[in-house]
Amino acid sequence: MNKFSSSTLGLLALAAVLLCLPLVLPNTFYYDVAIRIAINAVVAIGLNLLIGYTGQISLGHAGFFGLGAYASAVLSSRYGWPSALALLAAAGATALLALLVARPVLRLKGHYLAMATLGLGIIIMIVLTNEAAFTGGPDGMAVPPLVLFGWEVSGEKSWYAVCAAVLLFITWAAVNLINAPGGRALQAIHGSEIAAFAVGVDVTAMKIRVFVLSAVIASVMGSLSAHYVGFITPGIAGFQHSIELVTMVVLGGMASVFGSIVGAVLLTLLPQFLSTLEGWETVAFGLVLMASMIFLPKGVVPTLRARLRRGAA
Amino acid sequence: MLTGFLQFLFSGLTVGATYALAALGFAIIYNSSRVINFAQGEFIMLGGMSAVALTGLGIPLPVSIVLAIAVAAAVGALIEKFAIEPAGRADVVPLIIITIGASLVVRGLVQVFLGKGTHALGAFSGEKPFVIAGATLLPQSLWVLGVATVVVAALGWFFGYTRYGKAMLASSHNMLAAELVGINTRSVLLLSFVLSGALGAMGGVLLAPITYTSYDVGIMLGLKGFVAATLGGLGSGMGAVVGGLLLGVLEAMTAGYISSAYKDAMPFVLILLVLFFMPNGLFGAKTTDRV
Repeated sequence: MNKFSSSTLGLLALAAVLLCLPLVLPNTFYYDVAIRIAINAVVAIGLNLLIGYTGQISLGHAGFFGLGAYASAVLSSRYGWPSALALLAAAGATALLALLVARPVLRLKGHYLAMATLGLGIIIMIVLTNEAAFTGGPDGMAVPPLVLFGWEVSGEKSWYAVCAAVLLFITWAAVNLINAPGGRALQAIHGSEIAAFAVGVDVTAMKIRVFVLSAVIASVMGSLSAHYVGFITPGIAGFQHSIELVTMVVLGGMASVFGSIVGAVLLTLLPQFLSTLEGWETVAFGLVLMASMIFLPKGVVPTLRARLRRGAA
Repeated sequence: MLTGFLQFLFSGLTVGATYALAALGFAIIYNSSRVINFAQGEFIMLGGMSAVALTGLGIPLPVSIVLAIAVAAAVGALIEKFAIEPAGRADVVPLIIITIGASLVVRGLVQVFLGKGTHALGAFSGEKPFVIAGATLLPQSLWVLGVATVVVAALGWFFGYTRYGKAMLASSHNMLAAELVGINTRSVLLLSFVLSGALGAMGGVLLAPITYTSYDVGIMLGLKGFVAATLGGLGSGMGAVVGGLLLGVLEAMTAGYISSAYKDAMPFVLILLVLFFMPNGLFGAKTTDRV
């Protein structure tokens, strides 16, 4: 089976699962979990393009998520903007910021890049916390509902439809991007920047584009998430959230679009199971992170794929 | 005018000395393993919280301090044994997640057993401040600066003049070559985590009487230690000390002259600016890429 048909199969399977889920989800609680998974999965796919495919780490993407959420919230609630327009403006502002910092930040490598992106995320979180006149400070702020072309998205079922559609679209787009020449250029950069440059890849421009793209995806999902939940606090832009996003990418499988979805499923479900541990959640979460990285450093999907292939051969 | 400046300088140097100790911990582990240990901040927290808990049991302060440092050193050894060593030659990102997992475990355990409260440790020798040109200097600040100076000197001697120190330096330069001349690089790795744990805890114990401590102080302190280590150039001991002190002073000046709400943002703004112009930090070695 070649790569093209396996990703088409994957897309069909994803569409089938997304379509059939409403038949089996018993109540709104499960819908809520499914929506959160979809939102996380989309952010993780965007981040995987940057970390997994291009090989550029970011420990600050929750900052972009938070920026999208807050820009949408502030524009629509304090300035009365239509929520769809606010979402686009938020995405534009995030793109601009990402573009501004991309060139100097992406010149860095390894731990220095980790430091810079981490710093960026934390600065965004501190600004969101301190500018209480706009953001409500540490107490957070309420967000009005999302209105798309006159349709107010409300209720878990409508939100599920929106988020499932976005997830399917982004998965399709990401799979196509990776199999296109541009996507191959990204993977060449991951392999070796110098070698990619030598065969004519504009390394700097490609890295900047992917960085901005993943930031915009995070921002849009931040906006959607803010409208869905209806209330946001600066914590969504924090270091912990950034780490959760990166863990989804790595645990699911670097350079695997479907892996990111698996990672999002695992990391979103995990706290639901751990919440019964009464006080021990943090310890258990930390142990799971450590164990999964020690035993599955390549991630779930690539490990399974390798095992299947070995079984077939 | 001068009084205010001196005041900010004193408090900045005090906190900066703690950052320097944390940054040295980062540098030592980075040199021996190329791992950025995101659990470094938890060593600081563990030092302060263990000392508080031990004095609470009626154990005299000096004994508690020594025990608290030993606890953090032991935790460092456990992390190396059960998290870093089994991971083998994992990539940068999985290693970062492993150390973050370790930090969550340490923080979670402290939260379960010692609670979420904020605690103060008694000052080592009195609370009566010295007054210098109108600015006050706490005796505890002198303890912080004094101990940090002694520790830095001791580390300099350790790495420059002892067999173990030289072995650690050698394996940080070239692990394979170090193994070939008979250095046990595995015990070097273990020793580096023990040293970092002890260094972090020392900072935590020294700072606890001034800034108070709780189960979650390690997050920010650790990240700032990472900033300090990067600021000076990863792996540079001198850079870690200078980076830590610089960071502490700049933070105090920001709080004093610009905005206390944004003092926590200062280290991150600073590191971004520095990295934009000097991608390897102030004292970091220049690197070239190879295919």
